Amino acid sequence: MFFKDDTICAIATAMIDAGIGIIRISGDNAINIADKIYIDAKGNHSLKKYESHTINYGFIVDENETKVDEIMISIMKAPRSYTKEDVVEINSHGGRLIMESILNLLIRNGCRIAEPGEFTKRAFLNGRIDLTRAEAVMDLIHAKNDFSMKNSELQLSGKLFNKIEDLRKEILYEMAYIESAIDDPENYDLTDYDTRLSTQNSKWIKSLEKLIESSDEGIIRKDGIRTAIIGKPNAGKSSLLNKLAGEEKAIVTDIEGTTRDIIEENIRLGDIILKVMDTAGIRDTEDKIEKIGVDLALKSANNADLILYIIDSTDKAFSNENRIKDLIRDKHAIILLNKNDRTESINVLENDIQNIYGKNIPVIKTSMVDETGIDELKKIITDMFFSGDIIPKEEIYVTNIRQKEALINALESLNKVKLSVDACMSEDFYTIDLMNAYAFLGEIIGKEVDEDLIEEIFSKFCMGK
Amino acid sequence: MIADRVDVIVIGGGHAGCEAGLAAARLGLKTIVFTLSVDNIAFMPCNPHIGGSSKGHLVREIDALGGEMGKNIDKTYLQSKMLNKSKGPAIHSLRAQADKLEYSKSMKMILQSQKNLMIKQSEIEEILFDELDQNEDKELLESGYSKTVRGVKTVTGLVYESKAVILCTGTYLKSRCLCGESISYTGPNGLQPSNLLSDSLIKAGVELRRFKTGTPARMDGSTIDYSKMEIQTGDTPVIPFSFDTNPDDIQKEQYNCYLTYTNEKTHEIIRENIHRSPIYSGVIEGIGPRYCPSIEDKVVKFPDKIRHQVFIEPEGTYTNEMYVDGMSSSMPEDVQLKMYRSVPGLENCVIVKNAYAIEYDCLCSGQLAPTLEIKNIHGLFSAGQFNGSSGYEEAAAQGLYAGINASMQILNKPYLSIDRSEGYIGVLVDDIVTKDNLEPYRMMTSRAEYRLLLRQDNADIRLRKKGYEVGLISEEKYSALIKKEEQIKNEMDRLKSIKVGASSNVQEFMEKLNSPKLKTAVSLAELICRPELNYENIKELDKDRPSLPNDVIEQVEINIKYEGYIERQQRQVDKFKKMENKKIPSNIDYDDVISLRLEARANLKKFKPKNVGQASRISGVNPADISVLLVYLENYNRNNNH
Repeated sequence: MFFKDDTICAIATAMIDAGIGIIRISGDNAINIADKIYIDAKGNHSLKKYESHTINYGFIVDENETKVDEIMISIMKAPRSYTKEDVVEINSHGGRLIMESILNLLIRNGCRIAEPGEFTKRAFLNGRIDLTRAEAVMDLIHAKNDFSMKNSELQLSGKLFNKIEDLRKEILYEMAYIESAIDDPENYDLTDYDTRLSTQNSKWIKSLEKLIESSDEGIIRKDGIRTAIIGKPNAGKSSLLNKLAGEEKAIVTDIEGTTRDIIEENIRLGDIILKVMDTAGIRDTEDKIEKIGVDLALKSANNADLILYIIDSTDKAFSNENRIKDLIRDKHAIILLNKNDRTESINVLENDIQNIYGKNIPVIKTSMVDETGIDELKKIITDMFFSGDIIPKEEIYVTNIRQKEALINALESLNKVKLSVDACMSEDFYTIDLMNAYAFLGEIIGKEVDEDLIEEIFSKFCMGK
Repeated sequence: MIADRVDVIVIGGGHAGCEAGLAAARLGLKTIVFTLSVDNIAFMPCNPHIGGSSKGHLVREIDALGGEMGKNIDKTYLQSKMLNKSKGPAIHSLRAQADKLEYSKSMKMILQSQKNLMIKQSEIEEILFDELDQNEDKELLESGYSKTVRGVKTVTGLVYESKAVILCTGTYLKSRCLCGESISYTGPNGLQPSNLLSDSLIKAGVELRRFKTGTPARMDGSTIDYSKMEIQTGDTPVIPFSFDTNPDDIQKEQYNCYLTYTNEKTHEIIRENIHRSPIYSGVIEGIGPRYCPSIEDKVVKFPDKIRHQVFIEPEGTYTNEMYVDGMSSSMPEDVQLKMYRSVPGLENCVIVKNAYAIEYDCLCSGQLAPTLEIKNIHGLFSAGQFNGSSGYEEAAAQGLYAGINASMQILNKPYLSIDRSEGYIGVLVDDIVTKDNLEPYRMMTSRAEYRLLLRQDNADIRLRKKGYEVGLISEEKYSALIKKEEQIKNEMDRLKSIKVGASSNVQEFMEKLNSPKLKTAVSLAELICRPELNYENIKELDKDRPSLPNDVIEQVEINIKYEGYIERQQRQVDKFKKMENKKIPSNIDYDDVISLRLEARANLKKFKPKNVGQASRISGVNPADISVLLVYLENYNRNNNH
């Protein structure tokens, strides 16, 4: 009943006028359906006769046996295919119109257009690819920028998988050793074992910390820097927002439903995405000057990766705001001295700011009118968040919140192992937390079935499509 | 000729058979235990001890549920010891040397004086079945049964009818003993084998396999030089196995055991003669246990080890025979003698009984349901070595479990179910029914994932309630347990609520016990958590301490000291239970779950797991299959709920 009788098709290459385009078909009826619109050089519908994993010459024809295109067609029979179902791929001349008419023919013959990621969904459900790879493909489909695209490809190649798998193997070895020693003390010696485990454990902790660290950067690269713009009413917050958004013709999307129903706006600055939080709130404050002030913005700013604090440099009433000082103390923050174009009325100077907030915080003079400081702002943000190039080379990044949480849980378990070793607990206590670390790592790569996760993936793949 | 009609028939009077028969009879069912030799009830053909690492846990659990093994060894032990005391409480394990003859005699008396229970010496040659009727037995057919048990037939032609039959045939089915080149077609210790029953089972569609196990030689104690060995003494005072035994009643003078070692010379003799071992020469077809290896296995598998432990243990008060633990063997007699005599203290030893290996028919245990009933035969249960396990304790645990469940079936009451987070018995049964065990299954600590919760000290708290529910634990004993639980809880609450301030005499006291001084006031419970402190040594700081029994104090102390670990283990259990609670519909068609791998599909069809947790433990089913299955079930449930 699962997907049976359901054959899907889609254009697998980019939807542009290119030299060649591939249409992929997957499902029980893939070969039957494709055969109806395929003839070989002699004019026979002969697709069913071909061996699996062959590529063959022929033509696509419509219901009247009129040739639509000259093509190469390959078949991969189940289970030796990407989806583990029968798969047919038609290499057609890549014109948009031609490909669309082939798709239409397929649909008329019983195929259904694949949903985004559906080939991968089938590959996952059919046990063809593991969880991380499935997730990476989902990420690829929803990729927002070049970085996430590249990183998804890296995960797809199994780099993260291998790294985690290696860690797990090492942990398993130690667990097995302890278990063996408990059951067979004659042949497995635990003298000084705590020292050995301690060394191993510190090593594991280090690699996990590194992975987690990279995940912060990875997630920021993929999903964007959560940015809060704060400042007094009329300081220029929404002008900045509009400037940033307008300038790069950014894709502006509204995503609802993060933790507190904030509305976010994604602004793309080259390879960086700023996820500006609570922008509606900011706009509101501009409209209702008296009422709200900085309060609303402060709230969201607490959760931000980056705070842009805009000060109207012509503000005659400028004074120290302790709340803001507290807020930006441990965060990435940049102070913008705005309205710098109005030279005659400048009242707040860089020195004043540094006297209040310290010398370490970057201060930029900006003007939304003549765009002063915008480039500098971008550069500072880039330096602040990314070590070196934005586009990763061969580094492994964990870019998924779920994976990161599992890493943190695994790390926490290993830290508990350390506590047990340091407290001279007997070896049989180590295994409880080793087992947890092992399981958490397994969840990342789908080697451990977490029922909640299955639910999540299930809904990610299957919900509302 | 129908000789008798009873409720339950148990085939075999070994450790499994005794518990099975006693359980059924105690639950009010008319029961017969058939044995090949009434004089060998609860016979111990191999090692002379009960318990030991993880097996001690099983005995405690048997006792908590209302079984007999613990009580019987308490009466007949020669020496007793709590093992692994330097480790955490999870792996403390009780082991007692038994007086083999006394153990057997005492158990026989218990059986004979048990109401509703009869012992009969007779060989069973056939199990009798009724095919199920399409109309009358619709319900049974729908539950997956194809036939139902009717009774048994003896070699002398008598028919005994019963509602359930429990197979506890141990190592007796078509057994043969091997000692080097010599083969004798007998059961253990020269006893009569059972050569006919296997064929009857095979005819009924039951799949059997062949396993092997072995035992070392018994020495004439007067020829052993103990002065060359380390003396191993028992504990004083001895802690009883049974929760119902009063410790004061069983203290006595204990026998010694002795420790010696093999050496290079021993290993040399074995290596030179390895071609004469029936295992290595290919004569033995059965598969032996990896975890209870013969000395030749150890020498071959650990070539770098320069010595192996050898324990010399008494067989009983009635004999001077000594058991040579650690040197089981199937080498020919002449090699055996040479090899034993190379061990310090055994230079002049005289062998009373040779070491030998034994081969026997047993069940491919994947055919068992979690109740230990053979899946498609209503009323046919099995336990012990017949199910492919090894060890007296494993056998007794299964015997009790099968005996209870056969009775529950007849009484139309809910089956006893113990999962992996509730007891070693749960682990044992689950492993037996979900795994293709390719060698005799031995209980081990490492097989229990949640062992910090499954301690031998809390077996009563874990399982007495279940024993009470099935009807083997009396009202009186059950209320005693409830009282104990209350006392534990109250004392823990008290210790957590009483604070000790950092006064000068307290600091002085801490210093005396080499414990860091207090910075602020702490609770008594927090003090007990410190490694150098315990319930006993902080007594002085706890003026209003109530007087409590030792077993209550023990629980209080463990629960407080290891609270964090226990909580984390409990969370693992919660996760495990989630999967156990994901039921698989009995009419699931695995062919419909197209994404399963072939091997997984085949094994799921074969084992028919009841829930996803169980499915995940079946051999050949990997996490990817489980994800696929979960997604399928999710979809299935969504469709069926609409």
